[in-house]
This record gives sequence, structure tokens and C-alpha cells, in this order.
Amino acid sequence: MSIAAMFSNPVITSIVVKALVVGVFVSLCASLLGVSLVLKRYSMIGDGLSHVGFGAIAIATALNLQQEYTLEISVPIVVVAAFCILRLSEHSKIKGDAAIALLSTSAIAVGSLIYEKAGTGSSGDMCSSLFGNTSILNITNKDLLLSLALSVVVLVLFGAFYNRIFSITFDENFGQATGIRVGTYKMLIAILTAITIVLGMRMLGTVMISGMIIFPALTSMRVCKSFRAVILCSAVVSVICFVFGFFTASLLGLRTGPTVITVDLMAFLLFSVAGRLTGKG
Amino acid sequence: MALITVNQASFAYDGRCVAQGLDFQVDTGDYLCIVGENGSGKSTLMKGILGIKKPFSGEIIFGGGLQQREIGYLPQQTVIQRDFPASVQEVVLSGCLSDKEFRPFYTSKNKKTAMFTMKKLHIDYLAKHCFRELSEGQKQRVLLARALCATEKLLLLDEPTAGLDPLATVDLYRVIDEINREGITVIMVSHDMSAAVTYAKHILHMHYKPLFYGTKEDYVSSSVGKLFTEGGIA
Repeated sequence: MSIAAMFSNPVITSIVVKALVVGVFVSLCASLLGVSLVLKRYSMIGDGLSHVGFGAIAIATALNLQQEYTLEISVPIVVVAAFCILRLSEHSKIKGDAAIALLSTSAIAVGSLIYEKAGTGSSGDMCSSLFGNTSILNITNKDLLLSLALSVVVLVLFGAFYNRIFSITFDENFGQATGIRVGTYKMLIAILTAITIVLGMRMLGTVMISGMIIFPALTSMRVCKSFRAVILCSAVVSVICFVFGFFTASLLGLRTGPTVITVDLMAFLLFSVAGRLTGKG
Repeated sequence: MALITVNQASFAYDGRCVAQGLDFQVDTGDYLCIVGENGSGKSTLMKGILGIKKPFSGEIIFGGGLQQREIGYLPQQTVIQRDFPASVQEVVLSGCLSDKEFRPFYTSKNKKTAMFTMKKLHIDYLAKHCFRELSEGQKQRVLLARALCATEKLLLLDEPTAGLDPLATVDLYRVIDEINREGITVIMVSHDMSAAVTYAKHILHMHYKPLFYGTKEDYVSSSVGKLFTEGGIA
């Protein structure tokens, strides 16, 4: 589809605009949370949660064949998983990375079995939920509103707790000593991440969404020297990469998720070189 | 006036006692050095004072208007901080945060406090610099400034000179000494015996239980003190 064609027909235009708006909001949320996750060495939590998201979509697909309530079913499942991952990685005998690997593969295994048995199931469906749709996702008005509302919640909470998120990301021990409720804020970050993942995973695919969380943060860290600069730069890089990837995918008939992540990769390489050249990286 | 009174306290992990018989007090203006080998219960005691670890028995009482959340803590640096993109100003300001009254953003008073402590430690010219690019000595000054933002009364320092070169070590001890002279109480956990007997007023020597607690002068002439100070390092 050419860009002119996207905006010539009002029906298609509305589909494109809705997908674009949701995508931009999800990119923003993902990039902000990503900075904290990457710095805190929690990147794998994003990855683990997105795999749980795959299982959640499978369950949602099996429960309602019209896929009307995918978001409503997936959000609570992934939020609960976020809670469990944090608990598991801190309080159990199975430590961090192992706990996440366990949860990821279990979710994928169970999810794919449900896909096969629930029967809506061509392998095309499964492939779409893993890597994103080939065509632009048709978002219903209800999902659009829900996605926007949740994104705004994520952005507002991130803004309100920005300084505390900095503090516990930089130095958990110090935060704890000065009476910051470290556990609560860590849980907040995990839950916001869970919401972001669910919002983005249908468009970008469950395997690809975690890239959107990690890449912008790592990219900005190549050149930026302060936390605030990293946050702002991540947001900008993330949105630009998404919009560019989104249109490239549409023009060339590619899947959105992998295209966006490939653009993110190129931005990362570009910034790495820039960082080396200016001697900041 | 006693800022902290530790009353027959003991600490345990999973029911296993790691420190017991702790009974001492820290007065306003004191400079207490807690020394002892690795695993002797120093860090646990410190967590107890910070309120991160609850005593298994006994109690820790705060007096002189000190709240547990008003301790300026200088923790050991973590791996995360080595490649963390943060400006010096951001780090120092984070010392002003607390959950006592919730404000999402820093007040102008917070910013003044941060600037004041940075000037005091002569790092105000570094405010916009990147924390990870500083020398180890400068980093410790930044973290000390952050700790000073969190307190007006008590500093708790955990091995503050670990990883510093000899010059930076002497320099940091001097800064801490100055802060103490200005009336801020200091509790320092350290391996460095020679520094302990140079700068501290009181010494607590830990080995699962206190081997010695008293003034520096008494420590130097005590049998425990002689054994360890002659070796130089505990």
C-alpha cells in the first residue's frame, strides 16, 4: 500500500490513524519504562512478560472467538504474571533469570497448545501473535479508547513517580534507608510494564514488543550523560523509529513488529557509532 | 544526648544468630567506628540502625529528635552505578526524597540544599557532569553530598574508602572529619584500623558480639586493640 493510498479512502485512513496513535502511545510508554528496566538489569522481565502475553492472547482467543475482549482478558493475566515474576525473583529459591526463563517457556508451551486445540487456529494466527500482523491492525473504537486510557495512566504515573523511579533505579539501598518504599515502586514499574506490553503486543507481536522496551533506552545511553536526557532521548527515538517502521512496513507489505525493531536496531548502531566518535559511549 | 541507643539487641537470619549482645549508645557529635572482619555482623548491625533489618531481640531507640528516616547513608557502590547515566546534580538531589510527604517534584528548597552540600564538598563545579565519568574519589564525594541532603544529624558510612587510592582516601577522611567537627554525628563501618584509631572518638569491635566498645584511647591500650592495631588491619 502506498502512503497516498492509505489516506485516500476514509475507512482505511481511520484504520491507519488509529493504529498509528496507539503505536505512538505504546512506544512512549515502552521507552520510558525501558530506561529503568535496562539500568536495573531487569530487561528479562520485559521479555518474560511478553511471552506470558502470548499465552494470554491464546487464552483470550480460545475464550472469545470474535477476539472482542482480548485486552480485557490479557491485561489482568500479564499484570499477575508481573507480580509473580518480581516475587519469584526475590523471594524464592529459583533466582531471577531462571524464574523468568521458566515462566516464559511455560507460557509459550501452554499458549501454543491452546492455539492448536482451540481450533480457530491456523498457524497464521499463532505467527501473527508472535511477530505481529502483516496488515495494519484494525483496532476497534473500544480498544482504541482503552489503549489510550491505559497509556495515559502509565505516562502520568511515570511522571508522578519519576524522581522516585530514578532514586530506586540508581541506588535501592539508599532509597530504602531514606524511607522510600522500594518494593512498592518496583511493583509499580513491573505492573506498568505489563500494561504496556499487552497494549503493544497485538500490533508488534509478543516476541518483538520487548525489543521496543529495551532498544530506545540502550540507544540513548550511547550518547546521553544524564538520566533526564536518556529519558527524553529514548522517548523521541522510540516514537520516530515506530512511525518510520510503521510506514515502511505498510509500504513494503512487511510485518510491523519486526520492521519497527529492525529500525530500532539501526538507530542503536547509528548512536553507538556517534557515541564512539564523540567519546561519550 | 543519645541519638541512638542500642539496647541488648541481637540479629538473626533464618533463626541463625549473626550478631548479639549489642549494647551501646551514640551521642550527638560522636564519631563511632565499627570495625571487625568480614561476616562479623557489622553490616547487619548497620541495616538494623537503618531499619532495613529488624532486631531479633532487644531494641534500637532513636533520641535527640532523630527519626530513623533522617539518617544520611553512604552505601557501598553497586555494579549498576558503574555505567549509569546520571548527572551529579540528579544524584545529589535524590538525597532530598522521602515518602513522608509526597511531592512528585523537587522543591526550590531541595535544590538549594543540594547546591549547598555540593558547594560544601567542593563538587559544585561538577554538577552537570556525568557521574560514571568521575574519579572514584569524586564519586564518593557526590554520594556523601547526597547523604548530607538526607540528614542534618547523623551520617552512616559503609566502607567509604573502599576502592580509593591512598590520596583520595586521606582526602575523604578529612572531609568526613570536617563534617563531624561541624556537629554531625558519624558512624563508620570500616576495615581500616589506622583510620579508625586516627579519626574516631569511640570504637566498636565486632565479632558476632562486641569484643570491645569504648573510647579510642581505651581501645588502643586494650588487649583486643593491641592485637588488631599492630596488624594494621582488622
